[in-house]
Amino acid sequence: MQVEKFYYDNKIVKWFAYATLLWGVVGMLAGLYAAIQIYAPGTSMNFAPTTFGRVRPVHTNAVIFAFVGNCIFTGVYYSLQRLCKARMFSDKLSWIHFFGWQLIIVAAAVTLLMGFTTGKEYAELEWPIDIAITLVWVVFGINMFGTIIKRRESHLYVAIWFYIATWVTVAMLHIVNSIEIPVSFMKSYSWYAGVQDALVQWWYGHNAVAFFLTTPILGLMYYFLPKAANRPVYSYRLSIIHFWALIFLYIWAGPHHLLYSALPDWAQSLGVVFSVMLIAPSWGGMLNGLFTLRGAWDKVREEPVLKFFVVAITCYGMSTFEGPMLSLKNVNAISHFTDWTIAHVHIGGLGWNGFMAFGMMYYLIPKIFGTQLYSKKLATNHFWLGTIGIVLYAVPLYWAGFAQAEMWKQFTEEGQLKYQFLETVTNIIPMYVTRSIGGGLYLIGAFVMVYNMYKTVQSGKLIANEYAEAAPLLRPASPAKEYWHRVIERKPLTMLVLSLIMVAIGGLLELIPTFLVKSNVPTISSVKPYTPLELIGRDIYVREGCYTCHSQMIRPFRDEVARYGEYSKAGEFVYDHPFQWGSKRTGPDLAREGGKYPDAWHYNHMMDPRIMSPGSIMPQYGWLYDTQIDTASVPAKIRAMQTLGVPYAAGYDQQANTDLMKQANGIKQNLKKDKISTQADAEIIALIAYLQRLGTDIKATSNQQVAEIR
Amino acid sequence: MKFVYYLEKISGVNIYALSSFVFFFLFFLVMLTWVIKADKEKINTISRIPLD
Repeated sequence: MQVEKFYYDNKIVKWFAYATLLWGVVGMLAGLYAAIQIYAPGTSMNFAPTTFGRVRPVHTNAVIFAFVGNCIFTGVYYSLQRLCKARMFSDKLSWIHFFGWQLIIVAAAVTLLMGFTTGKEYAELEWPIDIAITLVWVVFGINMFGTIIKRRESHLYVAIWFYIATWVTVAMLHIVNSIEIPVSFMKSYSWYAGVQDALVQWWYGHNAVAFFLTTPILGLMYYFLPKAANRPVYSYRLSIIHFWALIFLYIWAGPHHLLYSALPDWAQSLGVVFSVMLIAPSWGGMLNGLFTLRGAWDKVREEPVLKFFVVAITCYGMSTFEGPMLSLKNVNAISHFTDWTIAHVHIGGLGWNGFMAFGMMYYLIPKIFGTQLYSKKLATNHFWLGTIGIVLYAVPLYWAGFAQAEMWKQFTEEGQLKYQFLETVTNIIPMYVTRSIGGGLYLIGAFVMVYNMYKTVQSGKLIANEYAEAAPLLRPASPAKEYWHRVIERKPLTMLVLSLIMVAIGGLLELIPTFLVKSNVPTISSVKPYTPLELIGRDIYVREGCYTCHSQMIRPFRDEVARYGEYSKAGEFVYDHPFQWGSKRTGPDLAREGGKYPDAWHYNHMMDPRIMSPGSIMPQYGWLYDTQIDTASVPAKIRAMQTLGVPYAAGYDQQANTDLMKQANGIKQNLKKDKISTQADAEIIALIAYLQRLGTDIKATSNQQVAEIR
Repeated sequence: MKFVYYLEKISGVNIYALSSFVFFFLFFLVMLTWVIKADKEKINTISRIPLD
């Protein structure tokens, strides 16, 4: 039979690889900067765009979507062409995908630093960027499926299954979690509120980990590991089981982020059960990877690519063992809201994602430049810097997390809380310092790699179009054979549809019951919508990323109730678009902050936290005192809230600003009593109004009292 | 139109969790049978695709 001649597109692979290196370094730098700010708050330079609350989302988004995102695209564009024995479907789409994605990243970094955020972790980008992401993702999908359909290889290798599941699930997660009502250009409110928003968010959040940081990388593992070791994967059968079990189980695991929260208990239990089951496919995948190297361990000693892969897969095994453990309620009661979680995700991020990306780069860049790696020695040095960096990063944070949780829960013999919150923070500052040293080493390693790559690229020449040949897929000779042919051709679409069904069933069965609110979310009659001033204050709270350090969720534990007050009820959050429960307590919980301190305390505290709490590591928020409240946006915001079902009276949007100024003047007068003079329309006034409202509704004995507050 | 909550009641929430588990279990069994029955030659060929 006649073989067909064609060319693989390496140019697009090269550019995605360069983008991976660039954004990897940028994302890690942002992470290091955020890590340093935790023990040296002065490094925020008292400048809004460089405070922790804005830098942290830049770090997480850059690392997940820019670094790992581009790494995925590099690997997919390289491996898919070879697994399909075909050039990418359309060069034009490849470039639209490339430039579209990089533009989104730049827009994301700029807008996040400017304070445009939806306030939902790992989904912080505002609605115009959300739409852009959807469009570029569709372009990627068309290009990928186009390639699969025109392939010259009859079978779909398992890596492609992982790519397909990734594409379809990420599309679903992104769309469902990003449903929001635009208020203006770059400002929107989540469609969901409170408990439902939390459930959707963590269904998204956990599956972003699953389908952006895990399944595509597993696809890359199933391609690049056999390639680098020059032997087929240990058990192909196991990889099939791995695939289906993993995608089905993962989709359910989200609620384990909400254990002991106000989420209905049955949903929490469901999350736990599926999270525990997840260990089976995860470890199946890990063992499949490691066993692939059976009899080839001597190569691991020689080959930096394999070294990176081995540690990456080991880290995958560790974090997927730890994940189910952290999902157990008794373990979660200790780990949640502490640095334990941060350590856990960095075993995954630095170890699994980072090292897979590095190994892949060391393998693929010399290949597409038709040369050898410039220096294996430098690569080995990178490997050790990275490995030691991971250990130095994670171990102190495990320690810190455990130590802090223990301190939170200590009572004196008299039954009083033994430690102030701040004491539990200052106690672990040495751990934070060590962590940043670990992160620093890891970053230095990344720079070593960039240098190594630069020298490698210089020593070779890009094979922009790599020659290949293969026989075309057999065309059916007679109509009788048509059926089989059609089945093969439809396979990728069958795969797409099957994966979608699998994840959609999980998603629907998990989400629907909580949306049936009346019986699942106990409504509390004294809980009222925010006043216009509080609403604006809440927007400022979201803008400054307060949720990155402060939770608003008091769990029903003795110590938390003693420290913060009555535990949080689902019905308290029904007007919270978006929810702000948070996931980490670098600072104390704020769910019942209202009325705890006088207005003047908040005024001084936000100006310089160390005046009110010596030793505090919170940044200063000086700009809130000079910036005026954006009253022009209030009517639109009220109308948006009405659209979302918040019961403001009809026509209230026109009256809102009058009420806003009335309440602001009240706070101004209040501050005056403490000899503080300020403008009534300064943003700090709105923030104080919001903070003083937090958690107070259920304390009101009658609606009248609530009316007084308003 | 307002995005208020149209669905306001649910009874027998267990059915959601149970059906999910039953669905997964059946799917898993079918897949397992298929994987075990799959032709060894074919599996070997496919697993060698990246190396060709």
